[in-house]
Amino acid sequence: MSDQALNTVGKSELRRDGLSHVTGKTQYVDDIQFPDMLYLKMVRSPLHHARILGIDFSEAEKVPGFVRAFTYKDVPKNLYTILCLIGVGPDEEPVLAEKEVLYKGEQIAAVVAQSEEAAIEAAARVKVDLEELPAVFDVEEALKPGAPILKPWGTNYFVYEGHHCRRVRYGNIEQGFAQADYIVEGCYEPKPIEHAPLETTGCIAKPEANGRITVYTNTQALYFSMDNTALILNVPFNKLHFVGGTVGGGFGGKVDVIVEPIAALAAMHTGHPVKYLYTREEEFHVSSTRVAYRIYFKDGVSKDGHIVARQVTSYADSGAYNRHTPYAVTKHAANISGPYDIPNVHIDAHCVYTNRVPTSAMRGFGVTSASFATELQIDKIARKLGMDPFEIRLINAYRNGDMRPYQKVVGDATLVEVIQAAAGMAHHPLSERFQAMNSWDRANSPARPEPVSAEKRS
Amino acid sequence: MASKIVTFTLNGRETEVMVKPLTTLAKALREKLGFTATKCGCYEGNCGSCTVIVNGEPVLSCILPVEEVEGQNVLTLEGITPAEGLHPLQQAFHENFAIQCGFCSPGMLMVSKALLDKNPHPTQAEVAEAISGNLCRCTGYDPIIAAVLQVAAGSNGNQGGSHE
Repeated sequence: MSDQALNTVGKSELRRDGLSHVTGKTQYVDDIQFPDMLYLKMVRSPLHHARILGIDFSEAEKVPGFVRAFTYKDVPKNLYTILCLIGVGPDEEPVLAEKEVLYKGEQIAAVVAQSEEAAIEAAARVKVDLEELPAVFDVEEALKPGAPILKPWGTNYFVYEGHHCRRVRYGNIEQGFAQADYIVEGCYEPKPIEHAPLETTGCIAKPEANGRITVYTNTQALYFSMDNTALILNVPFNKLHFVGGTVGGGFGGKVDVIVEPIAALAAMHTGHPVKYLYTREEEFHVSSTRVAYRIYFKDGVSKDGHIVARQVTSYADSGAYNRHTPYAVTKHAANISGPYDIPNVHIDAHCVYTNRVPTSAMRGFGVTSASFATELQIDKIARKLGMDPFEIRLINAYRNGDMRPYQKVVGDATLVEVIQAAAGMAHHPLSERFQAMNSWDRANSPARPEPVSAEKRS
Repeated sequence: MASKIVTFTLNGRETEVMVKPLTTLAKALREKLGFTATKCGCYEGNCGSCTVIVNGEPVLSCILPVEEVEGQNVLTLEGITPAEGLHPLQQAFHENFAIQCGFCSPGMLMVSKALLDKNPHPTQAEVAEAISGNLCRCTGYDPIIAAVLQVAAGSNGNQGGSHE
């Protein structure tokens, strides 16, 4: 380390927004009011999968305070996918449902009224004529022949560069299994989790005199939201001014682009500020959750504790639409071999559509599910071999210079040292040999398994 | 139904508000009177963010009709914030990182104030019990409990002084 003076590292700094928070002066979306503000409420699908035969607004229009309703026909570019901004496609989620709904709670029509009460009442009076269709809720059922097909391209999976799943291939999996003394299998199913932020998702879109729309939003992804909104509304980016940064809890739950496009559309059409804030019920019911996975492991293990081969078949439940899950599955596929040096790896990670609420980002999404499964699996291997759970991790831990299955060389490994420190804090005795290991070389480490094929290491 | 005028004491000041029947205290405070420190995370009495103090008792303002506080004494977070600096609880929450996104903080502060006003030296278990109706999704609660105990122990040496 240089002798440069450090101003902050090693010190505890008070939060710069702390004074504002403890005095209640922080302004969240729900704290903003405009005198001529309108309130938007959503007409949602009561069914998991259905064809839309018709929508009747006649009773809703009679509610005092009703201003207008919006359907997909009002949305300039109704189909989108959030990650189009990083090249993910095709567009597949409607802002407002067109001919079909794919999950219970899906947005069908927006109703705007002069008071929140009137908007709730009018939305409740909209009649949607639906024909129920068979639904599928299980990732493996969704891939079987005869499952209801949810996507226009004729399958229930996201296509990764022409493949039905995100694949990682490294070494030779069959020869790796042939080398192994034991095969240890496991199945792990991290569940969907609702982020449940204390502040529900929402925004207020306000038309300005200069023709721009100001959007006050609690999104965690301000520019992602702005750019997607501009694309959906087919307006230049500079027509939109997004004001945000204050998020009353997000945890990844506020990176989808759901409320801003429709609120901005309503503001453009009515000339009034429009507020679209989820109720707590909506936050639980329709906001996306963490991705649920079903992960199958088949590991080949040598007597001395080395994992010599790992085959993983993983199914991510994306729910009805992409949101951020195709990207999460790529991260998942990269991380499911764990922070361990495994010479033969074969990963098939599927991003599957079902009639469940869309899943998306949550705290380390893609990676947390992989870590959860990987660490349970290595404990299972340790039990099978009668080995110490710390020592089996130290034997397999990657070191600097190791090649990862996704073709990156490890340059900043600290796993050995972290495990040693954790053992110390847990008062878990490690023998001298394990205490002497480090991340820079394999001194004091057992011999690595022989590479199976030449292609596997650079 | 016709609106009516409700009169009560808000943070030591006589206050009138004209509301429709069954308007909640939270809505009256936030939307009619502009006192937005009080937060609403659920609008249905579950999360505790909207806690204010009425006659010394912590109450959920999002499910309390404002007519119920006619003639009563209502205290919100705005009312405990001194003209200069911070209330000891605010200071302790700030110093102990008992805040993160800030949304539950007003409710947590008010429920903690109500506790300390009645029981100046609570045990850790009593603090945990007092805040058990208030949800926080960021901090894991421990720093909040630590902040309240710090004030109770009188070790918050910077009373009334701001940090910045």
